[in-house]
Amino acid sequence: MQFARIKSQPLVWILLVAVLLAVVLSFLSPFFMTVGNMTNLSKQVSIVAILAAGQAVVIISGGIDLSVGSVLALSAVVIGALIQVDVDPLVATLAGLAVGTLAGLVNGVVITRGKIPPFIATLGMLGIARGLALVITKGVSYQVLVPFFLYIGNAKFLGLPIPLYFVVVTYLVVTVMLHTSVFGRHVYAIGGDERVARLEGIPVDRQKIKIYMLSGFLAALAAVVMTGRLAATPPSVAQGIELQAIAAVIIGGVSFVGGRGIVLTALIGALIMAMITNGLNILGISSFYQQVLIGMVIIVAVWLDNLKSQK
Amino acid sequence: MMPDPTPLVEMRHISKHFGGLQALTDAQLELFPGEVLGVLGHNGAGKSTLIKILSGAETASEGAIFVEGRKAQINGPNDARAYGIETIYQELALCGNLDAPANLYMGRELHKWGFLRKKAMTAEATKALSRLNIRIQSLDVEVDSMSGGQRQAISISRAVHFDTKILIMDEPTAALGMEESKMVMELTVELKKQGIGIIWISHDIHEVFNFTDRITILHGGKNVMTGPTKEFTQDEIVSMIISGLAVERRTSAAGG
Repeated sequence: MQFARIKSQPLVWILLVAVLLAVVLSFLSPFFMTVGNMTNLSKQVSIVAILAAGQAVVIISGGIDLSVGSVLALSAVVIGALIQVDVDPLVATLAGLAVGTLAGLVNGVVITRGKIPPFIATLGMLGIARGLALVITKGVSYQVLVPFFLYIGNAKFLGLPIPLYFVVVTYLVVTVMLHTSVFGRHVYAIGGDERVARLEGIPVDRQKIKIYMLSGFLAALAAVVMTGRLAATPPSVAQGIELQAIAAVIIGGVSFVGGRGIVLTALIGALIMAMITNGLNILGISSFYQQVLIGMVIIVAVWLDNLKSQK
Repeated sequence: MMPDPTPLVEMRHISKHFGGLQALTDAQLELFPGEVLGVLGHNGAGKSTLIKILSGAETASEGAIFVEGRKAQINGPNDARAYGIETIYQELALCGNLDAPANLYMGRELHKWGFLRKKAMTAEATKALSRLNIRIQSLDVEVDSMSGGQRQAISISRAVHFDTKILIMDEPTAALGMEESKMVMELTVELKKQGIGIIWISHDIHEVFNFTDRITILHGGKNVMTGPTKEFTQDEIVSMIISGLAVERRTSAAGG
């Protein structure tokens, strides 16, 4: 289990940073380590964390998915529109998840069959999905006041907010998938050297399509949580959130070149970003500074990672 | 070096043109079990095209390939693999971010319901490497952290792991130092003993002269000469590569 130990080292490292940050913030403000604030924090982090899990898989495979924010909005809008015409919430949820997965499928097909680089293909989808969300709603936000979504957004189970369970299950499933399945092994091989993977008979195109479908599905899952939290589905929701998801993955220490890193660090990355935002809010520091700080954290995280790999 | 009656591979009357460019004209190749056949020729002589046709990376315009006496249809790398033909490329075809067992089983992972059987693969990889007398201290480190020779050894053991009969080695020592080249050649001798037929492509005349059992020389897309290596001097071989004119010997068969 030497392999597992080496692989877990980046996790240990980033976890230390997160704990340190939490300790510092709890010393700076008595409000940080309260149940209320922690509940708040876990709700804030849930959306980005779910997106970051999918983004991590995409980045490990050597790609990128810029469309997740827009796909989230499109899925949410589909759910909202169906709720509007009294469709069963569970059916609406399934439809939303299907739309997100379909958007991922389109991304994957465009990238593999169309031979369009992931950056361009998903940039295109970023526009398409957001545009469709606006077309469907004509720009208005639907209210979603059915118990199912209110429960997801506001209820607690065993003292923990429901969105947190979405995050835990997501990371559990994606981690098992990536580290114990043939599919996961192929993700690392494609990210390591796509040409070699192809030469050795890995169905690279098929696996890539699956990767983008997974990312699309998770964007839709985040949409379900978002719909619950907002009790509404504004078509302009989650703009620019893809950059936060990418930042979480990078801060977590997943190599942007692909082939290296583990998914769980993306969760910690998301947590660190949320703590910075939350902590500065509590301390009453202007949100303008938060952006500056998070930008610096991203650069420092990659710089530290480079230092590690040089030695 | 006594050729068996049926060759492992026979390529007959192979021609290939890329648009107007004639890369191969009526080229031949025979490979017998347990021999190392050197394929020689300068750049553009057609040797890599001939080999690519055998490994499935190209398809011939004309001609036929026979594997163990039976006509073979090779339209892609996976077809070639199904016939027991494996290729080792000049540039190391490994994923540096993965460990040795992962590379050995890449694309043919052992699994149960889609879940990797990591222990079984590690155990098999250990056996496969020790069968070839390859010593690698620890199997579970990234291949990137190994030496060029160790990586080439992993490529070779991967290539022969799956019922391989024919092994194509395209400049297998070009990227290696002297010690490591020696290791690769020792490994190849081991494979010969197991009855695998090896096609050895190299620019290093000295290496070819000392290491191959037979040679076939190509020039301008045509066979110049095929025969036992030791019947010629190094100078004669070099002159045939350059001039494209066969030096006659009593047992050698002039090709083309």
